[in-house]
Amino acid sequence: MSARQIFARPARYAAIAPYLWMVLFFLVPFGFVLKIALSQTAIAQPPYTPVFDLWEGREATKAALEQLSLDNFKLLISDNLYILSYLRSLVVALLSTAMLLMIGYPVAYGMARLPQRWQAIAMMLVIVPFWTSFLIRIYAWINILQHDGLLNTVLLKLHLISAPLVWLSTDTAMYIGIVYSYLPFMILPLFATLAKQDPALLEAAADLGASPRQAFWRVTFPLSLPGVGAGALLCFIPIVGEFVIPDLLAGSDAMMIGQTLWLEFFTNKDWPVASAVAVVLLVLLVAPLLLYERLQHRQLEAR
Amino acid sequence: MASRRITRMTRFNITALVLGLAFLYLPIVILVIYSFNASRLVTVWGGWSLRWYYEFFNDRAMLDAAWMSLRVGAVSATIATLLGTLAAVALTRGERFKGRMLFSGMLYAPLVMPEVISGLSLLLLFVGLDAGRGFWTVTIAHTTLTMCFVTVVVQSRLGAIDRSLEEAAMDLGCNPLRAFLSVTLPLIIPSIAAGWMLAFTLSLDDVVIASFTTGPGSATLPIRIYSEVRLGVKPEINAICTMVIALIAVVITVASFASKLSSTQGENAVPL
Amino acid sequence: MTEEQPNSETEPGKPEAPAVEPAKDAELAKDTPVQEAPAKVEPVAIAPVPRPEAERDMPLLRIEGVAKKFGNFRAVDHVTLDIRAGEFFALLGPSGCGKTTLLRMLAGFETPDEGRILLNGKDIAPVMPHERPVNMMFQNYALFPHLSVRDNIAFGLKRAGMARTDIKTRVAEMVALVKLEGMEKRKPDQLSGGQRQRVALARSLARRPQVLLLDEPLAALDKKLRESTQAELMELQRRLGMTFIVVTHDQEEAMTMADRIGVMDAGRLEQMASPRDLYETPASRWIAEFVGDINLFEGQVGTSEGGRLAIETRDGGTIYVAEPRNPLTKSVVSVAVRPEKVKLSRRVLAADGTSAKAFNWLEGVITDVSYLGGITTYKVKLDSGAVVRSSMANTTRLLDTYAASQRVVAWFTPDDCLVLEQ
Repeated sequence: MSARQIFARPARYAAIAPYLWMVLFFLVPFGFVLKIALSQTAIAQPPYTPVFDLWEGREATKAALEQLSLDNFKLLISDNLYILSYLRSLVVALLSTAMLLMIGYPVAYGMARLPQRWQAIAMMLVIVPFWTSFLIRIYAWINILQHDGLLNTVLLKLHLISAPLVWLSTDTAMYIGIVYSYLPFMILPLFATLAKQDPALLEAAADLGASPRQAFWRVTFPLSLPGVGAGALLCFIPIVGEFVIPDLLAGSDAMMIGQTLWLEFFTNKDWPVASAVAVVLLVLLVAPLLLYERLQHRQLEAR
Repeated sequence: MASRRITRMTRFNITALVLGLAFLYLPIVILVIYSFNASRLVTVWGGWSLRWYYEFFNDRAMLDAAWMSLRVGAVSATIATLLGTLAAVALTRGERFKGRMLFSGMLYAPLVMPEVISGLSLLLLFVGLDAGRGFWTVTIAHTTLTMCFVTVVVQSRLGAIDRSLEEAAMDLGCNPLRAFLSVTLPLIIPSIAAGWMLAFTLSLDDVVIASFTTGPGSATLPIRIYSEVRLGVKPEINAICTMVIALIAVVITVASFASKLSSTQGENAVPL
Repeated sequence: MTEEQPNSETEPGKPEAPAVEPAKDAELAKDTPVQEAPAKVEPVAIAPVPRPEAERDMPLLRIEGVAKKFGNFRAVDHVTLDIRAGEFFALLGPSGCGKTTLLRMLAGFETPDEGRILLNGKDIAPVMPHERPVNMMFQNYALFPHLSVRDNIAFGLKRAGMARTDIKTRVAEMVALVKLEGMEKRKPDQLSGGQRQRVALARSLARRPQVLLLDEPLAALDKKLRESTQAELMELQRRLGMTFIVVTHDQEEAMTMADRIGVMDAGRLEQMASPRDLYETPASRWIAEFVGDINLFEGQVGTSEGGRLAIETRDGGTIYVAEPRNPLTKSVVSVAVRPEKVKLSRRVLAADGTSAKAFNWLEGVITDVSYLGGITTYKVKLDSGAVVRSSMANTTRLLDTYAASQRVVAWFTPDDCLVLEQ
């Protein structure tokens, strides 16, 4: 037994309560999602069959089990609506992540080059908007982007445009909203890796004949790749399932998968199909999640 | 500045930083300013006025929603802080145990899990358990969502604390629990407080999960704002948003002040 | 500072002090009357718990065949050693030699896989750290950052359930002992490195442990401060008559402070000796090289004549050494000579038949001269190609010393040599 263990024996019991909580409210619900994804829609309360009731005995349960089917998943493949939604989600997430990276990297780089004292303040400044409500920030953009909003007003005053442009309910507005909302998630991991870099590395590179541009691409950037990965995944995964931003800012002609799920669930009251959409989305996301887990693991070890 | 030439701020760096921060703050500033606009039209500046604030305080439904949100936020943040801190302690200090991988996986997954999935799955659970939906279902959902944020914040602080402090406490006559309570806990209190604040603001912010898990008649403030916003810009919403921002600003200021006051080592004073 | 708090009730009795360490007290007695002072402040409880007559020969702490593995790594490999009450004992070794693990086993932070740790004859291996009458001063001090100096020192006393007024008295006593008066309300981050070290010391002494463990107590201090702190630690230990066990990788520190030194390497206790014996009669080549500098010549054992044993070395020709007390068991041995025992001169002194074996002469060329102030060290390349190091005190200010590429003779007496079999 070592000192750590003297402390560790009792400490691991601290896991019991959060463990049980997460099993009950995180893991078990997925079981329900899966089960309902295999059920049929019904006009009832709850709106699906079969309804399991374990108290009805084994026979009834068995009979209920036999009613489960993959019909909902077949529907997802056969109907273009769903495939297009998934594709749109992936494309939007990919493009947004790329834009976030292009905007976030210079900002994080600038922060990391600040004197130590200013770095903490800059970090605070990036975090604070993240604390202010996400919904409010989207709403703030509606204020700006609407037909008689600030953007059009300013552009008209500057005589850059002759008539108000349509900003709201376009993909442009959605991308602005997404980039705006997720920017801190991109900046922070990037800043963390960039700030950790020893400035002497750049001096060494310069000493060995690298121009500032070469030093950046040959030294700084490769070393910041873990941060790029973490930031990209931290943004990409939630954007795929994003609902509020496309719902409020994008047009209604194309939907992201989160919107489709919402529509099936709240408007069409088709819980089984909504569940099937969720199951497929989850499977799509598990791969990058695992990748993220591994990246984070490596980062922790490097610390 | 030790090294002059290479790590110097270039004009490009400053521009990137200023533009980035302006992008982050400008919309919020505009929103706050327009909340004081006397005119109903966004484009027309009708002078300073508190009109829309009066409207809010006379809007019964909005006030109920705000009260609901504050209660859900406070209760869920408290439970999440309790559980999240326990989880952080178990992960940084605990012995390896069976299912530890699953445990940390479950803890961190909500960090990136799309809210539609979390919301849907919790709703299906509540329906399956035949639980009446309302205050408690939203609170449970928000606890599940925000616990991992608390864990991350507390865990990073715990990891930064020198283990020999706990050993020194034991050497001076503390049993392990006592050592934790008298040495470790006072040192992580600032990050526990920061965790609570973070959980509270996240709960105050959530639309999607709350929409799934709430029941009739117990809408939270974001749900109400959301349904209003779908119908277009209303100056009253600007006023509500400004108040929420003010509330959060107060919370952050208190948090950073408290953490500065009590964290003698000055590490991780930033609330994330 | 000792006079500030006379403690008359302990003065007349003081029966246990001589029993603790007779040699030391005799030494004290020889000194001037000022040395009375330590007896005054020594409150009864600070001294080791008085023990019955019969146990007096029993060491305070006995480590018996203690072993500890981390995975496949043998951190501590069957170490056996006794530590007497009132002793200043140093565990010396390179990093990773197991000395810290051994210390942590004494504190209770690690449990031995094998062996016993007896304190006053009682096995404390299963006793939890917070229940041991042993305290530790941590390498980085481990001061509680959220507590003031006073609260740090009082921490262990509160846990012991001491009365409030007693705690106050004891803390004041400790603060005075480490000369931190006026700093009681400061937090650790408002103290200098040296002051922190004192707080850590006071905190670990406050409970009046039977044994104080010090893990690299001076490693974090700069050189000047380290030297004065060494002296203070020794003074304190002598005055309190407490048993100190210090872990260090710094041989100079160990030799300055300790009564006895245990040298560890790769988990094993290689030698246990007084500083002088450790330096002058190291048990092995490894220790000879680890403690100080040494010149080593490997060679065959030759004939013995008139108390002089000839060793035929490859690098230095025949070297005469004093006949070892114990007969050699190996035919290939090493001759070891400390650099300061190697003198240089310009040429071989005229020698008659008897003095041929009275000195060992090695001719060569100086390749390197390092002037260090108090001494100058030389490297002499022998004709065989081997290098002999010599260091000589600069006893005069203006005298010419030897210069590089000068041809010289390096010489030493057979008594300066040590024969090492392993």
